[in-house]
Amino acid sequence: MPEAVFVRPDSLSDVSTHYCPGCTHGIIHRLVAEVIDELGIRERTVGVAPVGCSVLAYNYFDCDFHEAAHGRAPAVATGIKRARPDLAVFAYQGDGDLASIGMAEIVHCANRGEKVTVVFVNNAIYGMTGGQMAPTTMPGQSATTCQMGRDVETAGHPIRVAELISTLRTPAFVARASSHSPLAAVNAKEMLRRAFKYQVEGRCFSLVEVLSTCPTNWGLTPAESTEWLEKTMLPYYPLGVFKTPDGDDRAPLPRKP
Amino acid sequence: MAKKLMKGAEAIGEAAVQAGCHLFFGYPITPQNEIPEYLSSRLPQVGGTFVQAESEVASINMLYGAAGAGERVMTSSSSPGISLMAEGISYCAGAKLPVVIVNIMRAGPGLGGILPSQADYFQATKGLAHGDFRVLVLAPWSIQEAADLVQDAFDLADYYRNPVMVVGDGLIGQMMEPVEFYEDRQPIKELPPKTWASTGWKRDRPKAIINSLFLDPAELEQHNIDLKKKYDLMERDEVRFATYGALDSADVVIVAYGTVARVCLSAIEALENDGIKVAMVRPITLWPFPYEAVREVASKAKDILVVELSTGQMIEDVRLALHRPRPIHFHCRLGGMLVSPEEVIDKVKAIKAGTSEEVHYA
Amino acid sequence: MQNDVIMAGFGGQGILLIGKMLAYAGMHEGKEVSWLPSYGPEMRGGTCNCTVVISDNPVGSPVIQSPGAVLAMNLPSLEKFESDVRPGGFLLINTSLIERKAERDDVEIVEIPANTIAQDLGNARGANMVALGAYVGATGAVSLEQIEAVVRQTFAAKPSVIDVNLEALHKGYDLGREHAANSSEETAS
Repeated sequence: MPEAVFVRPDSLSDVSTHYCPGCTHGIIHRLVAEVIDELGIRERTVGVAPVGCSVLAYNYFDCDFHEAAHGRAPAVATGIKRARPDLAVFAYQGDGDLASIGMAEIVHCANRGEKVTVVFVNNAIYGMTGGQMAPTTMPGQSATTCQMGRDVETAGHPIRVAELISTLRTPAFVARASSHSPLAAVNAKEMLRRAFKYQVEGRCFSLVEVLSTCPTNWGLTPAESTEWLEKTMLPYYPLGVFKTPDGDDRAPLPRKP
Repeated sequence: MAKKLMKGAEAIGEAAVQAGCHLFFGYPITPQNEIPEYLSSRLPQVGGTFVQAESEVASINMLYGAAGAGERVMTSSSSPGISLMAEGISYCAGAKLPVVIVNIMRAGPGLGGILPSQADYFQATKGLAHGDFRVLVLAPWSIQEAADLVQDAFDLADYYRNPVMVVGDGLIGQMMEPVEFYEDRQPIKELPPKTWASTGWKRDRPKAIINSLFLDPAELEQHNIDLKKKYDLMERDEVRFATYGALDSADVVIVAYGTVARVCLSAIEALENDGIKVAMVRPITLWPFPYEAVREVASKAKDILVVELSTGQMIEDVRLALHRPRPIHFHCRLGGMLVSPEEVIDKVKAIKAGTSEEVHYA
Repeated sequence: MQNDVIMAGFGGQGILLIGKMLAYAGMHEGKEVSWLPSYGPEMRGGTCNCTVVISDNPVGSPVIQSPGAVLAMNLPSLEKFESDVRPGGFLLINTSLIERKAERDDVEIVEIPANTIAQDLGNARGANMVALGAYVGATGAVSLEQIEAVVRQTFAAKPSVIDVNLEALHKGYDLGREHAANSSEETAS
């Protein structure tokens, strides 16, 4: 009798995804699904998919889902949660969706302290539309709308979402993790587990930013992409927990010099 | 419940509560602020939730989430705010979500002004947002009717799984009139349980996906066909209008809606005393428009007069209603100015005397 | 039969309130009523007004260009609405705050020092009630009993002010009645 040592999480549908080879959306989907399974909340979880590469996430998670308009997932999540506080609600968003067109929605959802979880996947580029510059694109990084590389003089510097959200007084769990290595993924799962747990306990809004690779639009192999993330993104987007609901003070944590 | 003197905005809010709507998401804009203000204190009394959203864009998407989770939900706004909601309304229509949207219209374009207007007729009936969709548009002319139509709007939205819009001008929002709510009110439609809603999936029904994305063109075509069938049913079953005056022998038939129709009715009564016979058709649903009623009354009248607080947006539907091209007379006030009974009386007399210039069109 | 009136004055004079009270009284008498406030920038200048219609039939236009009556509680209100009163209509002038005389000679003018009367009654804020009483007395738009009942209802939460407001209402009512009696004598003679 063969023993199954690695199985598909119950919260993932038995389908193939459309993600490109080397893309880490699949890993992040799996981490979220494992957390939902382990907390035993699949039957009362409703997800919100964004517009972006993960637009079809509703086909990949085996729970009820809403497909939101571009950038509006936090507003949709607010509507679901306020209508049915007994549900566990998560929004899954990319960098264009959350940090560009949807900046108002994420800031105010976080600031109202909606008891929802936002999984923010930052791969520093617009994937679905074909590699345009994102608000999180690195300085000098080339994209189809900044072919000579991001010029910070005209495009500004990349937005650090976890830091930005953690300057707000209300939001209570804000963390950044990565998906580029097995060790990073284990840590990312722990961050996601805490984020969902705090929500299920009715404690707070939670956001986990997960750094991700996009070999297709970065023009790199998957292995090179992992390396690029580590060398280029990690120094600018430090991993860690920025805010927890257990701290007495909700002021942002001071950054060490 | 006994009659109570209520401001239109409050009556609209209370009507939503009476209809079992326990969720409201909105953003402040004049002249409809009394609706969210009323509901912000009223909804908690019934265990409901009021959220002041960061924008109209967010409001309508909160409705999308709440309606998708199977609850009755409403927002209200005024013209510029409705423009901001356009995208979300299209998504609600595409995802077949029952939401109720109240537009207390103000004068435009742009920021325009905050006084009464009917300048959003085209927007509501023909161009609410991108894509091939329709919403039911209800236009009350009194506070009681506003209260009644808001309650009906929830039933219609649920029945058709479609957005329903209630449009009024600033008078409907600000005026006080006696209103009665009926405790034994029954839904106007037979409403099945919302088995399609995303309420948490126990794998005992198909997975609920609240969605307007169809990447397969054949699938999207079928979706569009299904939506069209729904709109056809609305056109067949939901036309509402009222008629007044000398329907069979009118010198002039007036077509007007909302509070403007009340002004016209005052004029009609005064004209009757002068021996001038005037009829009126008042569309209560702006979409679907009461084409047949207008056609029938117009066929028996010598002349047709459209009165509106816009530059003549409804004239296009009146033209479509007629059997053959006929001259149409038109009177309007704009920018927040109101039509008076005296103006309508003068216009009708001018039509009779042959001194009113018709609206010319190719 | 329709009674329509524009009530106008400073914000804080209780203009909107007496308009609502009149509308309530009409409603309780089984009549059709509407109450329409001014809103928007118009309100910002410190003046406010409302239009009340009481009718045996459903109220047509809630906006009245030529009202049957105007209560002008301050000068800007008189300036704004005097010319609008229907010929044969009724114009109440609060002489406590308005020094000039009416310019119209085709309407019934009732001059009442509403603030002074209210002050004499020890109820400085009751000028609006005096004006409301005068309107009801002069026009009979609603019955005294009904408007009294509405006053009691309106101030139910503050019983201590019911009597002073009823007193102000009665004082105005008597002046309005007196005027109506005089003018009908004039008509008769």
